Amino acid sequence: MAEPLDPRTDPDVDLRVSADRGELTAHPATVLAAIAVGGVLGALARAGLQHAAPHPPTGFPWATFGINTSGCLLIGALMAVLGHLDGGHPLARPFLGVGVLGGFTTFSTYTVDIQQALVTGAPGTALAYLAATLLGALAAVGLGDAVATGALRRRTAR
Amino acid sequence: MTVLLIALGAAVGAPLRYLTDRAVQSRHDSAFPWGTLTVNVIGSLLLGALVGRPVGPAVTAALGTGFCGALTTYSTFSYETLRLVRGGNRLLAIAYALGSVAAGLVAATVGYAVARALST
Repeated sequence: MAEPLDPRTDPDVDLRVSADRGELTAHPATVLAAIAVGGVLGALARAGLQHAAPHPPTGFPWATFGINTSGCLLIGALMAVLGHLDGGHPLARPFLGVGVLGGFTTFSTYTVDIQQALVTGAPGTALAYLAATLLGALAAVGLGDAVATGALRRRTAR
Repeated sequence: MTVLLIALGAAVGAPLRYLTDRAVQSRHDSAFPWGTLTVNVIGSLLLGALVGRPVGPAVTAALGTGFCGALTTYSTFSYETLRLVRGGNRLLAIAYALGSVAAGLVAATVGYAVARALST
C-alpha cells in the first residue's frame, strides 16, 4: 500500500522530508552529538556480542547475523512508532535510528565476512550467510513494522 | 582500551554516515538510496583493506569495528528496501538490495586484494 503523505525512504535522513531538510540548521551540534552517542552505544553492543560469539573464517557468523536481523526488526518498529507520533521528539530518530541502530547493524562486516568465507574455501557458508542475512533482514524489517503498526492501531481503536 | 577505541571510531563513523547521506542526496532527486549505498560500499572497501593488511588490534578496533561498523548500516538498507516495495517501486527495491550486496562484495574484494598486494 502506497503512503503518499510520507515520502520517506531513508530512515537516516531523507531530504524529501521537510523536517529532515531543516534538522541540521537549527542545532547542528546537538543532532550530530545525538547520532555520535547513539552510534557509540550501538557499536559497543555489536562488539560485545561479536566478542561473546566469535566465529572461524569458514564458519557461519551467527553473532553478526543476529545483530543485523534484530536491528532490522527494531528499525521497522521504531519508524512505525515515530510515524505514529508525527516524528516524535526531534532527536529520537537521530539518536535511536541513525545512531543506535545504524551503529549496531553493519554492512561492512557482512560483506567482508562473505568475502573471507569465499577466500578461505567455504563458498557454501558464504552463500548461505549472504542469502540468510538478506532475506532475514527484509523479513525482520517488515515484521517489526507490521507488529508495531498493529499494536498502535489496536491502541488507537480502544 | 579496546572499548574506547571502538567508541572513538563509532563516534566519527555514525555522524559521517548521516553527513555523507545528506551530501549525496542533495546532488540529485531520486528515490534510489544512493547515499546509503555510498557509505556501505566505502565501508566495505575499507574493512576489506583492513583485513587484507593486518594492522594490529588497536587500529582494527577503532577503524574496523568502530568506524566501518558505524559508517555502514544494515537497518537503514533494509528499511529503504521495504519503503521502495511499499511505494510500488518493486524493481527498484530488488535492484537496490541485490546491487548493494554485489557492490559491497566487489568493494570488500578489491580492498582486500589491493591491501594484500601492497603488503607483500
